[in-house]
Amino acid sequence: MFDGYTSSELMSIFAMQGFAGLSLFSVFVLMAMGLAIIFGQMGVINMAHGEFMILGAYTTYLTSGFFQSYLPSLFGGYFFVAMILAFLICAALGALVEWLMIRRLYHRPLDTLLATWGLSLIMQQAYRSIFGAREVGVELPEWMMGAFQVTDLVELPINGLFVMIIALSIAVGVYLLMYRSGYGKKVRAVVQNRPMAEAVGINSAGIDRATFALGCGIAGIAGAAFTMIGSTGPSSGQAYIVDTFLVVVFGGAQSLIGTIVSAFGISQAQSTMEFFLSGSMAKVLTLLVVVGILMLRPEGLMALKVRR
Amino acid sequence: MGTTEITASGRSIGKGLGFRKSLMTLAASVMLATSAQAAGPSTAEVNTTGLAVTDDTVTVGILHSITGTMAISEIGSVQAEKLAIEQINASGGVLGREIKYVQEDGASDWPTFAEKSRKLLRQDDVAAIFGAWTSASRKAILPVIEQYNGMLYYPTFYEGLEQSPNVIYTGQEATQQILAGIDWAVKEKGAKSFYLLGSDYIWPRTSNKIARKHIDKLGLKVVGEEYYPLGHTQFNSVINKIKLKKPDVIFASVVGGSNVAFYKQMKAAGVDFTEEKPLLLTISVTEDEIRGIGGENVEGIYASMKYFQSLDNPNNQEFVAAFKETYGDDMVIGDVTQAAYLGPWLWKAAVEKAGSFDIDKIREVFAGIEFKKAPEGYVRIHENHHLWSKTRIGRAQTDGQYQVVYETEELMEPDPFPEGYQ
Repeated sequence: MFDGYTSSELMSIFAMQGFAGLSLFSVFVLMAMGLAIIFGQMGVINMAHGEFMILGAYTTYLTSGFFQSYLPSLFGGYFFVAMILAFLICAALGALVEWLMIRRLYHRPLDTLLATWGLSLIMQQAYRSIFGAREVGVELPEWMMGAFQVTDLVELPINGLFVMIIALSIAVGVYLLMYRSGYGKKVRAVVQNRPMAEAVGINSAGIDRATFALGCGIAGIAGAAFTMIGSTGPSSGQAYIVDTFLVVVFGGAQSLIGTIVSAFGISQAQSTMEFFLSGSMAKVLTLLVVVGILMLRPEGLMALKVRR
Repeated sequence: MGTTEITASGRSIGKGLGFRKSLMTLAASVMLATSAQAAGPSTAEVNTTGLAVTDDTVTVGILHSITGTMAISEIGSVQAEKLAIEQINASGGVLGREIKYVQEDGASDWPTFAEKSRKLLRQDDVAAIFGAWTSASRKAILPVIEQYNGMLYYPTFYEGLEQSPNVIYTGQEATQQILAGIDWAVKEKGAKSFYLLGSDYIWPRTSNKIARKHIDKLGLKVVGEEYYPLGHTQFNSVINKIKLKKPDVIFASVVGGSNVAFYKQMKAAGVDFTEEKPLLLTISVTEDEIRGIGGENVEGIYASMKYFQSLDNPNNQEFVAAFKETYGDDMVIGDVTQAAYLGPWLWKAAVEKAGSFDIDKIREVFAGIEFKKAPEGYVRIHENHHLWSKTRIGRAQTDGQYQVVYETEELMEPDPFPEGYQ
């Protein structure tokens, strides 16, 4: 398939293809981070994860509309405000949902699956009633569109770079929070042994609520970032949910590092295969490989060694 | 029938209640009688098959998804069908009868479409169903509508390879859209190589099969053919492939939310469609989709369809004005919305030509039914239940509208079973 191309053309295509893989990787990390916290640390299967992401996307949409009408001079920077708002709104809704619904279901993990799936349907229909069934167009500031021209043939999309930076900062932020802060210590204590954690005076209900809210908030930031590369509509969240679970389960549910490793593996495999095969076949093969590896390592790539 | 009523009621009441009252009753009954006469032929005459037709009303069904993933596309069709029904009622109805509608929600779920169409046909006895959008939902309705001998008016452009005695296809079948589009790209733009890209389901795959055959026939080259799962949001790899293969034309049939991702990523990768290197020709992006994608991301792409909101003819100006007056100024009208609008009007024309609501009688008169007030200009029903219509090429503008740059001189003949293309 490479007949008739000069080696410099091939080199630049491979460079761009590598970049495509990296940007898919950062998309996966963004998608999966919120879920990994909720699923991995709390054992709650949050089927409404995609809808929380879309809530972030709609927040971005509203913010962009607000800046256009009232603060057009600051439009170039609205995206940062939108991300903060998306985090706060999704985290607030997450805390509310945890208080109303999730906390009653901690001992019935399969019921959380059904309950959050119901929640996702409610949220989708709410978006449909509020924003209309049609997708909305989120206008981006001029500087975020377009590409860096590295050489004649190599062009790196700016929004891809931007998503990468966000993904990286969130991954680092979550790492610091979980492994270098008092809050993180408490979360890990609750995950490892709830009764003992409570016995030493940790407010485990509060920790649960904060963790769920944090996961939802990160989903909101991811949703805001995805307005750059995907669609914003009532059921757009569904497009992300399968890949998200795939990444989290493949990485090993309780390991954040595992999530990142698995996101990297899946994204590189997929984008490489997409280049040589057709899109659908690439997906099929990726899934086959993942299934194969999970058969050998049912706990995922980086399972914590836990005493049973 | 009317006259006997007058004498009977006039006399009996006249005796007991005095002259004045009986006069009033008489006047009232006369008025009733005349309005009944204006209602045209008697119900027994126009409805021998137990449809929901009374002396002054006829009931039809509207069956689209107003919830679920497909609501985004189907709501425009519902609006257009309701508008057509309102307008027909305002101009005197069908055979003197006011159209009433029962609306059901297919909920983006194919079995629901089958169940609801059964309900419309068996319980509501509707005289016609305007509905369905995806091919999957049409295929779900098909056995039901054939079993109970109903009539479905289906608005979407689709892959063809179907011709039911119980369906009128008011959108284009694949050859009408594709052949005209490719011929235009070859003739006007000198295209020599094509890259076919679509979502992975029956419509894009069939469309690309037809496109490939046609391109081969013209002696030109297909340099790539790709499908991505529905809802796919990462197109970077295929964009790189396109950059490597340098086709003259990208022939795109990506649908739904994937469109947004595809065009945004194309733009981010530095592809400026206005330079037409490559030129992008789509058969799936209507004005409706552009609302979600954003006009600035699709500026310069071409679409091959039968209708664009910007069509410059008096019918269309009237239609667009009426649509915006009813549903708001920010509405956009895409190809399918217009095709949905044709449904009730074609049904009315057929019923009036047949002088009956009976499905079997309507079916006999379908071939040759015309609609001269169609927003797209003029349409006529072919024997194969599809429409003769013109195909146009539009160029997308930043404001989300298409500017028409070409239209076929003749009406394109619908050919749902193209020979050698299957």
